[in-house]
Formats: sequence, C-alpha cells, structure tokens
Amino acid sequence: MAERTDFWATLTDPLIRQNPVTLQILGICSALAVTTTLATALTMSISLTIVLTLAAGIISMIRRHIPDTIRLIVQIVIVASLVIVIDQVLQAFFADISRALSVYVGLITTNCLVLGRTEAFARHHAPLPAMIDAFGNGLGYSLVLIVIGATRELFGKGQLLGAQVLPLATEGGWFTPLSLMLLAPSAFFLLGGLVWAVRSIKAEQIEPPEHTPPVRPEPAE
Amino acid sequence: MAETDWNPWRRFLALPNESRTKTVIVAFLVSVVCALLVSGATVLLRPIQTANRAAEEQARIADLVSSIPGMAALLEQSGGTLSTVIIDLQRGRAAQDVTSGTLDTALADPANWTALDAEADVAGLGQRPDYVQIFLLRDGEDVSLALLPVTGQGYGGRIDAILALQGDMKTIAGITITGHSETPGLGGRIEERAWQASFPGTEIRDDTGEVRFRVARGRATNAHEVDGITGATRTGNGVTRMMRFWLGPDGYGPLLDAIERGEF
Repeated sequence: MAERTDFWATLTDPLIRQNPVTLQILGICSALAVTTTLATALTMSISLTIVLTLAAGIISMIRRHIPDTIRLIVQIVIVASLVIVIDQVLQAFFADISRALSVYVGLITTNCLVLGRTEAFARHHAPLPAMIDAFGNGLGYSLVLIVIGATRELFGKGQLLGAQVLPLATEGGWFTPLSLMLLAPSAFFLLGGLVWAVRSIKAEQIEPPEHTPPVRPEPAE
Repeated sequence: MAETDWNPWRRFLALPNESRTKTVIVAFLVSVVCALLVSGATVLLRPIQTANRAAEEQARIADLVSSIPGMAALLEQSGGTLSTVIIDLQRGRAAQDVTSGTLDTALADPANWTALDAEADVAGLGQRPDYVQIFLLRDGEDVSLALLPVTGQGYGGRIDAILALQGDMKTIAGITITGHSETPGLGGRIEERAWQASFPGTEIRDDTGEVRFRVARGRATNAHEVDGITGATRTGNGVTRMMRFWLGPDGYGPLLDAIERGEF
C-alpha cells in the first residue's frame, strides 16, 4: 500500500474503462428509476457523488479502527446518515427537485455502488486516494445516468431539461413521443445497449462465459 | 509498548480491532456521531422546509384558482381574496370556537380527531381531523367556488390535494396535488397539469347524491370519470378512494349538502 497512488488514473479509470455501472453493473436500480428526465438524473448524480466521496473519506479515516465483525454495519450507518443529511438539505434548499426525486434519495443508502466502493477501496487506502476514487466512480455513474436520462427525456417527451427540443406532433410538429421511454423497461434496454456499445469498443471488458453450452453432435443424416 | 499509555484514548486506539471492548466502543461512537449529524440537520433545516411547504401550498392554491375559467375575474370582484372558513366536519357547518389561528392548537389535541373504522376508512387514513380549513369564494350570497383540502393513501404514501368544486357542489372546477410520494414518471404524473386538466367538468355525484367519481383505467367513459395514467393503476385507485372518502358522509358530504341547500 506504500507505493504512490496514481491520482489521475484513480480518477479517470472509473469513467469508462472501469465504469461502475457498465462494467461492474453496480447501482443500476437507481439508474433505472430516476432517469426519466435529465434534471432528476443530474440531481441524483450530484447527490450520489457527494455521498460517495464523503463516505469514502470518513470510512478511510477510521479504516484502521473498524472492527472486522461490524464493518458493514458501521459503513452502512455512516452512509445512511450522510444520505439523510443530503435529503434534508435538498428538501430545504431545492424543494422542487427533492419532490421529483422523492424516495430515490433515500435509496442512495442501498445503492450497491456506495457500499461497493467503500468496502473494496476506501477500507484499504488513505483518505485522499479513497476520496478521489469515490469521486471518479461518482462521475462514472453520473456519466451513465446523464446519457440514459438525456436519451429517455429526448425520445420520451422530445425535451431536454424541460425545454422542447423536438416539436411534438400534437402541437403541429413531427415528433411522436415514445411513451415506452418513460417506463422502467426502456432504461434496461438503453443500459443493455450501452454496455454492449462499450464492450464492442473495449473488447477487454467482455467477460468469459460462465457456462459453456454442451457440445451437441451433428444431427445424423 | 513497554509502559502503558496514560491517555485512555490512545490506549483505546491501540486495542486490537477484534477485541470486544473496541467493537462495542466503535459501534457506540459511530452511532453517536451519526445521530448528532442527522438530528442536527433535521432540526436546523426544519424551519426552512416548513416555510417552503407553506409557500408552495399558497402558490398552488393561487395557481388553481387562476386556472379555473372566469375565477380570476370573480375573485377580483369579491375583493381579491378567498374567505377562509374552518369547518366542523361532524356537524357539516362552520366551527364555532376554532379559528384559523387556533386550528393548529386544536388539531394537536387528539380529542379533536375521529378514529375511522375499517369500513368507513376507504382512503386509508386511520383517523380524520374534526376541523378543516377550507376556502370559499362567494358571488353575492351564494357560494360560487369551494376549495377543499383532501388527503388519502396513494401507492407510495399520502397524497395531499386541493379540490375545487363549482357552486352546484357537484361539478369539479379543478384540482391541484400539493404533496405526494408516488413513483416518478408513473404515479408521480398526478402532479402534471396535463392529467389534472381532465378533472374540470367531471361530476362527483349523480342525481341521487351518491358519490360516483372514479379514476378510469385508460380513457374516461362517462361524466363521473377522469382519465387514468398508464402504469399507475394503484395511484389512480388511491385518488378514487381519497375522493370517495372526502366527498362521502365521513368527509365533506354533510357540508356539501348544507351548501347545496343554501344554508351556508
């Protein structure tokens, strides 16, 4: 652990090469739920990045003194407290956005990404690299959320950040909104497509198949 | 470590992580710090949040009134203000000894709440306040618009709304949702104007006085229905039950009858 950590690599790796959502498939529950519009996706990204970074910093600070037997509980308690504080701040100062996100801010607590990073990285590294890694992962998550959120809002409503981009057919334009885009399954399709796209470009991310299909003899003639 | 450290904190930190003492103390310290953090944030920010909610409700009421055709003019005629009335729901008329100023104090007293039995409690409330603040707009002697706050159990939590009824106490003039925790993009769409736009003109009761209002599955098919939201059947049912309760005999029913008879 003594070797110098390469901060730049720690920060940029999770953006695409080690992206927590597309490579590790972490935290997709919220990626599906809050991406109906770009604005909620953005707020969720910012909240998650803040929670993740702070949690990583705090846990890394006390990492040498967390008893192994209760480490998960300690981490979850810290994460949950941070989430509640963020939720309260949102309710006080960004009431509109808080209403749009409703229960999903609270669900940051159970976002596998947060616990995954604190458990895998922050527990073994000094506060600064831990926070940089957390911030990078937050950005990687944000990137995916923003891409999916923008796509869903654009094709589901013809809007971006609430401004009409594509003229709607009902208002004399040519665009008929795809209401499927606003339903949860579309996020699955988009995420699947995104994972596929990233893995076609970066072939090293393709996982070896876990099962090989049984060899079938050629049918006899 | 040759000599024992005099500082108990450093002695504690030097304990092996697996020791029971350290486990318990770490758990305790983490909980205390987190508890302070959470309570601190809640207590410090509560005044701002309450102010936000109050301002939002006012804005929505103003918005609701101005969205009803002809109401803005009527409002101006009557001096630009809605009259606020505290209603005693049990008697169905204006409360005698409770005013807007003392409403909060009155509702803090559990004696001023009525527990609802399972059969009557269609909206899933458990109990109902005996006093409610409503807003009336008068055209001369007659009530021309009534704004009634309603609340009920939706899919994700309570739905709060303000319902505007026209002078006949039968036709909906508009609705605004003041609070909900439904799924964003599905049930959460009840707060959108587009959905609320199907309310005006809907009749809540038929000629026999029975509450017939319903959120339809799909498109509305008769005068008592409003359009449903795809993928939000349970939210729609929640709204239906909320309206049925509040417009029924345990809600504003007696009051609506009184207004209709011109006793108000």
